[in-house]
Parts: sequence; structure tokens; C-alpha cells
Amino acid sequence: MLLQLHEPGETPAPHEDERGPAVGIDLGTTNSVVAVPVDGLPRVLRDDKGSGLVPSVVAYDEDGTVLVGTEARKLLLDRPEAVVSSVKRLMGRGGGDVKALAGTLPFDLDTEAEGGMVRLKVGGRTLTPVEISADILRELKARTEAQLDAKVEQAVITVPAYFDDAARTATKDAARLAGLEVLRLVNEPTAAALAYGLDNETEGVYAVYDLGGGTFDISILRMEKGVFQVRATGGDAALGGDDFDHAIAEHFLAERRASLGEETITPAEAKQALMTARLAKECLSNSMGGEWMIEVDGKRSRHFLDRDTLDRLIAPFVDRTVAICQAVLEDADVEPGLVQGVVLVGGSTRVPLVRTKVAALFGREPLSDIDPDEVVAVGAALQAEALTRGSDTLLLDVTPLSLGIETMGGIVEKVIPRNTPIPVAMAQEFTTYQDGQAAMLIHVVQGEREMVDQCRSLARFVLSGIPPMTAGAARIRVTFAVDADGLLTVSAQETTTGVEQQVAVKPSYGLSEDEMARMLRDSMEHAKEDMEVRLLTEARVEARRSILALQSALGVDSDLLSAEERQVIDEAVSGAERAMAGDDRAAIQDAMERLEAATKPFAERRMDRGIRSALAGVNVERLEGSLGDD
Amino acid sequence: MNMVSETNPVAAGAALHPCWSCKGPVANRALFCSVCGAVQGPGAVDHFTRLGIAETFEVDLRELERQYFGFQRRLHPDRFASRTPRERALSQQQAVALNEAYETLRDPLKRAAYLLRRRGRTVDIDGAATVNDPALLMEAMEMREALADAESPADVSKIAAKADAEVLACQCAISGALGADDLDRAANLTTRLKYLYKLADEARARKAKMTRPML
Ligand SMILES: Nc1ncnc2c1ncn2[C@@H]1O[C@H](COP(=O)(O)OP(=O)(O)O)[C@@H](O)[C@H]1O
Ligand SMILES: [Mg+2]
Ligand SMILES: [Zn+2]
Repeated sequence: MLLQLHEPGETPAPHEDERGPAVGIDLGTTNSVVAVPVDGLPRVLRDDKGSGLVPSVVAYDEDGTVLVGTEARKLLLDRPEAVVSSVKRLMGRGGGDVKALAGTLPFDLDTEAEGGMVRLKVGGRTLTPVEISADILRELKARTEAQLDAKVEQAVITVPAYFDDAARTATKDAARLAGLEVLRLVNEPTAAALAYGLDNETEGVYAVYDLGGGTFDISILRMEKGVFQVRATGGDAALGGDDFDHAIAEHFLAERRASLGEETITPAEAKQALMTARLAKECLSNSMGGEWMIEVDGKRSRHFLDRDTLDRLIAPFVDRTVAICQAVLEDADVEPGLVQGVVLVGGSTRVPLVRTKVAALFGREPLSDIDPDEVVAVGAALQAEALTRGSDTLLLDVTPLSLGIETMGGIVEKVIPRNTPIPVAMAQEFTTYQDGQAAMLIHVVQGEREMVDQCRSLARFVLSGIPPMTAGAARIRVTFAVDADGLLTVSAQETTTGVEQQVAVKPSYGLSEDEMARMLRDSMEHAKEDMEVRLLTEARVEARRSILALQSALGVDSDLLSAEERQVIDEAVSGAERAMAGDDRAAIQDAMERLEAATKPFAERRMDRGIRSALAGVNVERLEGSLGDD
Repeated sequence: MNMVSETNPVAAGAALHPCWSCKGPVANRALFCSVCGAVQGPGAVDHFTRLGIAETFEVDLRELERQYFGFQRRLHPDRFASRTPRERALSQQQAVALNEAYETLRDPLKRAAYLLRRRGRTVDIDGAATVNDPALLMEAMEMREALADAESPADVSKIAAKADAEVLACQCAISGALGADDLDRAANLTTRLKYLYKLADEARARKAKMTRPML
């Protein structure tokens, strides 16, 4: 047969069981959820009360103890200075970004800290959002390991689709600090779609509407025979149930001022009002009205809230999500009526006004048969299983925001537009604007606006060593590559001379590699051994792959070898296998080099023979056919 | 159904190179080594060949999608997540090449410009190249004026519908010109299509602004 293709997943990666299960983690602003694939059916990990939600709240005690979850949340009112919540809102944020939000955030920020990244003062320490997120992940990992009685080292972690490059990098860094290898960052709405699609064998165009505590995402997906193709995505990384709470709390506080006849509000009253507001909001999802009391320092005020008032207070936020949905539908070139199903995700989709407005926009009742709190983690676990065990489903995602470069006058030239399928690589040519210009500043930005200062700055680097030329003569090719995690790498090259420079875009306000290395050292006593174990495992996997490849080749072309030659190769293989059974990485590498040398004549003869192999550009149905019957 | 490689694969192309994994010979256009099964790099083929569809302006979008999904199923980096770094890198390159081909062929404007480039004609569809077609300029101006004067969503809808109809007509004309190998005409029509796209977008944006509650 002419077309003999091998299914890439056919020979399973050897010894993956050494590593324990890969899990799915929804690292939420308000709550986090872990799900584990068990025989293809993801199971949500629950506490002894049956809850799968772990509040994303961390408490830092003076004595060094770190508490995560419900325990930490209980301390919120008593020891607010030692407790952090909603830290996800700060992921990848720089000091400048956060100043704009100052006062609305429940954080005590360290404004003195140099370097770009935000630092929080909490429980007598100064911590970055990455370290705090790592504490949450570390706790989730420990709980999972305790329940499964197995080591957990690999995870699929979800992020809001609308997260920018900086926030994605920060999330990956946090996982690394917690000792987790991130198999893939998956967008939250895409993960939810995966959980639904598999259950229902759905086909057609679907919308996923995800409104949580702090973020809003909307994705339009095409589903067909196990392929989940994101057509367009959008959202707001700072819009969610927290905003509802603020609006209600302000309403309560205005009433309180009036009833007590006071002018000012203390921070303690503000905090109490916020908690009451949230309680009232959640109650009103199931009732039409109620009465609440705010008591601080013995001073009481009573507040009646009914559904109509609630709706009036939160309508501006809900309308904003509807407007974003309309814009994304246009990007996807889909009429709302053509959407075959709307999936609701996130705790805030329990609010009746949200449901009504979403139903009105799409002209149909939304789906919510999978728990909206858990559906993202379930999808993440399915993807973790797909990545480690193989699967028939495939996620094809897009870039949420345009990526570009600063040009003359602070204007942004887009290199990769939003909603481009990833992975992607695109290049653009620029030139010098001065005679003899020897260097060029490359400023990478993300966002939809025309001007640089309205976009998010991701990185700046200098391409130097440009040979002297007249203005406009140099050809500087800037290549943007976005991988399947949505992470960007930028490289620049002067094409007439070949001067090249490559940078992985580490956001300028993110953690430097040095800081990261220090934190890794601090957090992992065994960092060095862990690294050695990983390298050893990789060397074994690579060696096994080479031997399998050689054995396939010997199966086809063994007649090219004399008995003696064959014996030399077989001995080299045995040598390599012996080395692989041991723990000495250098010995494995030596053995593989000897094997390589022993097989050289064989490889040359095979080349001469010129065996035909399959071509690209074959009709896929034939490709599948040939895969099916080989 | 399009069969790019109905002919003998070896004759159809591609010299051989050694497989990076088992060192055996592989056709330059092969996706996988026929002996050891290792994924290969994307190689330099045109977008049509890469997706296994016939080189024509009349692309059947459903078939394009089917082919694209089929190749991504085999080659996407998610299929190689637990493989060696080298295999992961190669699959990423493959997926990048597939995405580029798909994005180019899916959009009639990019597809037209690509077909012209394959025949030695460059049409600038990204930049703001100057237009020296007075009829096109006139038409664009008139439509912009009409759009500015439109007072009701219904008026805008009418203009948007007209722009959409013009877009379709222009695509048909491009198909004809390319079929007849009239490259001058095809190039002019492609520039025209670029401006019609812009007008249709403006009309849609205007309509959205008028009907949307708020932003
Ligand atoms: N029954 C309810 N009614 C209204 N809002 C709710 C309800 N349950 C939870 N929420 C809100 O959902 C938000 C948390 O949603 P979740 O999906 O867990 O967030 P995240 O993804 O940001 O962690 C909070 O703002 C919370 O108040
Ligand atoms: Mg969430
Ligand atoms: Zn091979």
C-alpha cells in the first residue's frame, strides 16, 4: 500500500504512568475547582461537605502558616490585613494599571516596591500575585494528592479567554512555583464547551457566556464531529459579580447614611456592606425580595431590597455584557438567531436578569444542565486526559486580542489581528527612518486601539547591529509567534544582513527570570533534584523513541545489513536499554551516541534505496482511510 | 472531490530527505515517516496543496473546513503533548502552516490576492494603497455620503444590503476573470473587492450603533 501513515498517538508515550494523573484546574477569581479524569469521566474533587468549590482566598499568619479556602475566608472579617481574595484580578498587572483601580480593590498595595510588578502587603509580608496564586495552586495540588493517594505533577489550567499575554505568563509562572507542569493553558469558555460537547454530541454554532466574580468572557464556537473551533472571542477582564456587589453596597450605604444621619463611612462599614450586598444578591436569585441589616460598632441600619431594585442597580453591567456579545457575534459573522445553543458558565449566570437578557439576545433559553460552577474544571480534566492519553476531540482556539508593534508617532501597526487561529506565526517588515541608524527599538503591544498608550505594553527590546544604510533601506522583519497556550514570542531580523534577535515576550512588568529562579529556590527545597528527575525522564523518553524508530526501520529494511552489522546494532541497542534501566543520565546519552554511530551505515544505505513515502496534500478522507486500515 | 496526488506521488513531487528520527528516506512533502511514523516538518508547499484542495477561486467552504479539520486532527500540537520536544516543535510548525493556509483560502479577498500572487501579480490588500480607478472612487464616495445621510436603521440596512450584493457580484466577476486568465481585470476587481469590504463593514458598524442599546 502506498500511503502508510502512522497515527501519531499510536505508540503511547512510554512510562507516563510514572507521573500520576494529569488534572484539570479552574483557578477562578472567586472559587477554584479541581477535576480528575477517571476512565474518561471527569470527577470533581469535593470536600467532606460535598462542595467542589475552594474559595480562592489565602490567609497569611504571622507564624508562617498559610491557609487557603473556606478556612481563610472565615478570617476575612476578623483579620482583613492578613487575608487576600480575588488576587486573579491582579495577575500580570503592573503598578500603573492598578493605580487606576485603587480604592476599588480589597488589597493593600505596596506602592514603594520598585520593578513593575504589583506587590501586596499582607500579614506582615510583601507578596506578588504570582506567589499568592501559587499558594492556592499548591494547596489544590496537596488536597488532590491526599484524596487520590498519588503524586500530581501535571495540570491543564484554565484562564479567561480575554486574559492578555502578561496574565497568561503570570498564571504559568504561578503553576511552576507550585510544582505543577502546565500541559496547556485552556480558555475557560472553550473548556466549558468541551464539557458540553462531549456530553451531548452537539454539532453547529454555540455560544458560551461566562460571567464569574471578576471576569466576563463570551466565545462563539463551531462544533463538528469532535472539533471545537473557536470562531471569535471577547470579554472584559474586569467585569463580573463583584461589580454587582459594589453597586448594591453603594445603594445600602447611601441608605445607611440617610437613616443614621452620618456623613462618612468607615472602611469597616464599607467591608460589611459589601458582604451584605453579596448575600442579598445571591438570595434574590431565588426570591423576590428581602430585608438585610448592617451593624457596625453597635450602629444598625435596615435595608429592604427587591428584585426590581436589584435589576435596576445591575442593569448597566448586564447590558455591557450584552453589547460585548453583539460585537463578538459580528466578529464571528454569525446572526444571534443562528446560534444553536447558549451555554451558561460562572456563578453570576444564576442572576435572573442575566438569564433573561441572554435569552432575549439569542432568542432561546440557555443551557445549564452541567453545574455552571464546575463545568470549566470538567472541561479542563477532559483536555488533560486528551493530552496525556489521546483523544478524538480537538480544540482549535484563537487570539483574543490583536498583537502589534509601535511605529512612528505612537501608532500601532497590527501584526496578528484578534480572533486569528493559534498556533500562528506572522511577520511584518519595518524599516529605519534615519540615515545610518544602527539600532531599532521594538515595542510590542496588545489591544484593539490605534494608539500605543491605549494598548497594553508587553515588552520592549532593541535590535542592534544594523549596518549603516540610508533611511528606509534596511529591511527589518519582525515575526510574532503565538503558541497553543496563547503565549507570544517575538523575534526580529535585519534581512539584508541577517542580524537576528529573539526574545520570549516576558511582560516588562512581570517577573524577571532571576526573580523567578529565586522564588523557585525558596519554594522548592528539592528544586534541583526535581529538575534532574525531569531531565532523566526526558532522556529515557527520547531514547525509547529513537529505539522504536530504529526497530521500525529494521523491520522494513533489514536486508540492507549483513549478519555482523546487524549484531553490532543489536548490541548497541542492548547497551542503550541497559543504560535506560539505570538512573545515570550521562550514561544514557553516551549509549545513544554509540547507537547513533553504529547505525550510520544502515541509515546511509536506506537513503540510497530511496523508499517512497507518503505525501502531504492528500485528500483528508484518503488520509483517514489509510490510517484506518494500516 | 479533489485529488491533488492522484498521480504517482514520487513523480508528483518532492525529492527525498532523511527522516530526522529513523534517518530513512522521506518525501519532502510527507507528513509522517512511512517507516517510523515520526511527524515531519511542514515543507514548502502552496496553500491549496497543503489542504488537499484544487487550486481555484471557487473554493467549497465546507470541503475546505473538512480538510482543515482533518489535517489538524492529525497534526495539532495537542496530539503531541506527551511526545519529545522535537516532535512538539514540528507539530506546532505544521499547525501554523495549516492555519495560514486555512485563513488565506477561507477569505475570498485573501484567496483572490493569493491566486494572483501565484501568477506573478501583487495586489496590496492590507495597506492603504492609492486607488487610481475613478469609477471606484466615485462609487465609494457616493456610498459613504449615503451612509452619512442615512437616518433610520432601515436606511442603513438598505445600504448594507446593497454593499453585500456588490461584494457578491464582485466575487463572481473575479472568478470569471481568473478563469479566463485575465489577470489585469482580476487584479482591478480584487482592489475593488477590498473597498467594497470596507464599505460593507462601515454600513454594518453604523447599523450596529443605531440598533444597539448602549456600549
Ligand atoms: N446564587 C447566586 N446568585 C447570584 N450570584 C451568585 C450566586 N452564586 C454565586 N454567585 C456569584 O458568582 C460569582 C462567583 O462566580 P464563579 O464562577 O465562582 O467566579 P470565578 O470564575 O470568578 O471564580 C460571585 O460574584 C458570586 O457572588
Ligand atoms: Mg470562572
Ligand atoms: Zn522515520
